[in-house]
Amino acid sequence: MTTVQLSEAETPWVLPSAGRVGMFSLIAAEVSIFVIFIVAYLFYLGKSVTGPTPAILHPPIFLSICLLSSSGTMELAVRGLKRRGARGFIGWWMLTIALGATFLAGTGLEWRHLIQDEGLTISTNLFGTTFYSLVGLHGFHVLVGLVLMLITAGFAARGLLVRESAPKVEVLGLYWHFVDVVWVMVFTVVYLVGR
Amino acid sequence: MSPSPTTIFSPESSVARMIFDLSLLVYVVCGAIFLVVSGLLVYALVKYRKRKGDETREPAQIFGSKQIELAWTIIPIIIVLVLFLSSVRVIAATQDAKMPPGTIEVNVVGHQYWWEYRYPDLGVVTANELHIPTSNPARPTPTLLHLYSADANHSYWVPRLAGKTDLIPNHPNRMWVDPEKPGLYLGQCAQYCGVQHAKMLLRVYVESPDDFRRWVEEQKQSARQVDTVSRGRDLFERTTCMNCHAIAGTAATGRFGPDLTHLMSRETLAAGIVPNNRDNLRAWIKNPNALKPGSLMPAITFDDADLDAVTDYLMTLR
Amino acid sequence: MTTESMVLTAEPQDRTWLERAHGWVTTVDHKRLGIMYIVMALVFLVVGGLEATIIRLQLMKAHANVVPPEIFNELFTMHGTTMIFFVAMPIMFGSANYLAPLMIGARDMAFPRLNAFTFWLTAFGGALLYYSLLGGYGLYGDAFAPNVGWFAYAPLTAKTFSRGHSNDYWTLALLVSGFGSVGTAINVIATILSERCRGMTLGRMPLAVWLFLVMCVLVLFTLTPLTAAQAMLMIDRYLGGHFFDAQAGGSAVLWMHFFWVFGHPEVYVLALPAYGFLSEIIQVFSRKAIFGYPAMVAASIVIAFISMSVWAHHMFSVGMTSYGNTFFVITTMAISVPTGIKIFNWLATIWGGKVDFKVPMLWAIAFLFQFLVAGLTGVMLACAPLDWHLTNSYFTVAHFHYVIVGALFMAVFGAFYYWYPKVVGRLMDEKLGRWHFWLFVIGFHLTFDFMHIPGFLGMPRRIYTYEPGRGWDIWNVIVGIGVLFQGVGTLILVFNLIRSARKGKVAGNDPWDAWTLEWATSSPPPEYNFATLPVVRSRRPLWDLKHPEDPDWKYE
Repeated sequence: MTTVQLSEAETPWVLPSAGRVGMFSLIAAEVSIFVIFIVAYLFYLGKSVTGPTPAILHPPIFLSICLLSSSGTMELAVRGLKRRGARGFIGWWMLTIALGATFLAGTGLEWRHLIQDEGLTISTNLFGTTFYSLVGLHGFHVLVGLVLMLITAGFAARGLLVRESAPKVEVLGLYWHFVDVVWVMVFTVVYLVGR
Repeated sequence: MSPSPTTIFSPESSVARMIFDLSLLVYVVCGAIFLVVSGLLVYALVKYRKRKGDETREPAQIFGSKQIELAWTIIPIIIVLVLFLSSVRVIAATQDAKMPPGTIEVNVVGHQYWWEYRYPDLGVVTANELHIPTSNPARPTPTLLHLYSADANHSYWVPRLAGKTDLIPNHPNRMWVDPEKPGLYLGQCAQYCGVQHAKMLLRVYVESPDDFRRWVEEQKQSARQVDTVSRGRDLFERTTCMNCHAIAGTAATGRFGPDLTHLMSRETLAAGIVPNNRDNLRAWIKNPNALKPGSLMPAITFDDADLDAVTDYLMTLR
Repeated sequence: MTTESMVLTAEPQDRTWLERAHGWVTTVDHKRLGIMYIVMALVFLVVGGLEATIIRLQLMKAHANVVPPEIFNELFTMHGTTMIFFVAMPIMFGSANYLAPLMIGARDMAFPRLNAFTFWLTAFGGALLYYSLLGGYGLYGDAFAPNVGWFAYAPLTAKTFSRGHSNDYWTLALLVSGFGSVGTAINVIATILSERCRGMTLGRMPLAVWLFLVMCVLVLFTLTPLTAAQAMLMIDRYLGGHFFDAQAGGSAVLWMHFFWVFGHPEVYVLALPAYGFLSEIIQVFSRKAIFGYPAMVAASIVIAFISMSVWAHHMFSVGMTSYGNTFFVITTMAISVPTGIKIFNWLATIWGGKVDFKVPMLWAIAFLFQFLVAGLTGVMLACAPLDWHLTNSYFTVAHFHYVIVGALFMAVFGAFYYWYPKVVGRLMDEKLGRWHFWLFVIGFHLTFDFMHIPGFLGMPRRIYTYEPGRGWDIWNVIVGIGVLFQGVGTLILVFNLIRSARKGKVAGNDPWDAWTLEWATSSPPPEYNFATLPVVRSRRPLWDLKHPEDPDWKYE
């Protein structure tokens, strides 16, 4: 096996990182799934035969601020990791997790109110079905992100996280930012356009 | 070999004819493309085949040609435009046609596995055999079918009269036909709807306006009252039959199954699958699943005497 | 490395069969996983073929009684689902798995463990689908295998019309294998973008690699709508949802839209790698570089894009407005332009070349004629008014089998004969290959040419029997006879595949005198693929090595 003699200039051969390409591909696929649920939500607006309508919804402003700022704290955590290693990382990281968990807890409270006080469940009518499916799908992705972040925190606690781990943590960060962007879309469709 | 009664090449209404004319253009264009391209392919394979003794030569390596590539991009685009515009004309002429005042309106409800027909303006309710009048181009009287479904998806395809249109629950559709020649036109359900999808046959009787009027008058009558079959009628009304079936002028007003008021005016049973005679009718009532396994009509456990009585009663419903 | 036995990797000869099996089951080597995908696909091909055979036997005669309607409906559902998801997809993913790293001069895929995981997901999905034969009947006694057709239109899939669990097996098997497919796609994309050897810019990749890349990007966007729709279906069936519940205002048409947004691009997912195989085979057996490489790449990308906008041509009879129908007519017809360009480029590659009619090339030639016909019947179906007759009829069935069997499968067979020597180290038998080819092609034409006719004569699809006197009988007989020829041909293929592993002529690195990187290493390649990673300077690195006086990089 011989190689072709390189008579081109010895330019560096740089390719995108497989992790980033993989994560962007995953995000593309996930966006497709969300688009279908959003299409179903929009298509069925106003078509419920009986039962509660989107008028009963209150936009979760505080929760949204929590979630969206968690993207910011995550960025700070990654930067801290790059500059100062694990010590510059763990504080911001735990704050990110806390903000995400607050979002989930708040969603849970919102759902309890909707179910108990407004009588809206996934089987009540088209609005219930599409609402819980779409918001629930997003919430599920938040939960997965929190689990992954907790695992990362576990690595950090065992001293396995170093400056060089930053690219991998950044890939997880991409996922979290995607979750936040999806929330912007879901929030707009459900609490602004739909109401 | 007699021509198929369901061929798309024997159109008998404006819609079917428009589709037929369009299809001729499409066949010619596609046929020409096939001949040209496959001809070139055959030529290339023969002319440039490897010959004996020519083992090591590598032919001239040609990487492309802008002019040729442009040509074979532009020409297909033109062909596509022609076919597209031709299709759009027919789409508009069929789907967006304005129905003239003489239109006969029929509500068609697809069921598993039979067809319900209601003529709202004429007060007629029947099943499985559609009667419509011919339409004279000078004074058109087309038939407009409103298509609904009571359960799964079905599709209405009588090839000589029109293309198929689906019957979808919660999604009303419409299609129209205007045949000029009287006759019996056949078709069947064309969207998989369950176990007996294959046995949901269509029979469209196109009749002269006079014959059609006569048919309507007969269908509007309530059921004939014949005293000799009163025992059968009692059985019908006291057992489960009347839960599903309606017979105008009696206590039976069920809507789940076909209207039986003029059952014996129909030539076939069970959506066209067997001739309508006493033996088949009796066999059907005794055990529908023997004729049509998966049919939703249950087998009523009559003893032979009761079965005969009910059959005799139904035989009087002309 | 010995040459007397089937050696697929360099491993010591004194391992027990259990250790060897363990090696295969736990492998993360892209070559082994690629082989397992294809072996799995061949097993399901035989099963799907048996299902088709029974279907055609039942339809040979009007009112035949070979199988009752319940079984017939399960047969056509399982046949379609098996062939698309557990034969065609695994063959394409398996080929990408085996070939892509070799063709780009890499040692393995970007994520080898993910590779293994997604393979086993797909295999499990197939097993789950067929477990329905045992478990589907359950407590409800509704049916064994799924019976709602491979596109499972609502509301037939609602609890009302599918009381038992048989159709849940359809949903769950495809959900599971769908995750596998998306995972493999992610892996292939990352591999192709991030693991190319030095010098291999995107513009120097073999066309087959381009087509794997485009296929996998398309998978990301197209398989996921099906996943979403199936999740909605499960919510309807088990959580009381109303997505497709007509009584609550839900829409059966919405399922159709979601399904075909997946379903149409899906056939391009299957077609694109086949185009890749064609390009490689035609170049080598015409002894010419592909004509119009940039146009071929562009056409593939354009096809993938347009394919996402044509889906409702499967729904022309559903009652969309005239504007909706018109839109889908133009997009569907538009896709014929880049497709035609590809055919012309292949023709131009052959033109002026030196055609060697070895078995891989025979299959490629059959593809060209048959794909041309399939495309033209597609143009006929694109004209919506004509489609109002031909959709849901046997014309449509004939058309898509012409594409999938007449074009895609023939490309796959060509790929088998072409790359088998690389995978196994021995050539397949040419004589048996010709028997396979002629028997299969004759059978294919008997079955699928004549199948168009009942469509013209009004025969709908998915009917377990039909009425005599409609003129359909004789054509169904001819269609059935063709199945016999195809079956025998396929058996010969399987025999050839197995026998040549031991008795075939030793292949060496490069039996076809080809030009892409997979032919630069041994047959079969060592586990690490290349002793030293290659460096390339053109699209045909081996041409450059063999023709130092006239290398490609002077012209590119």
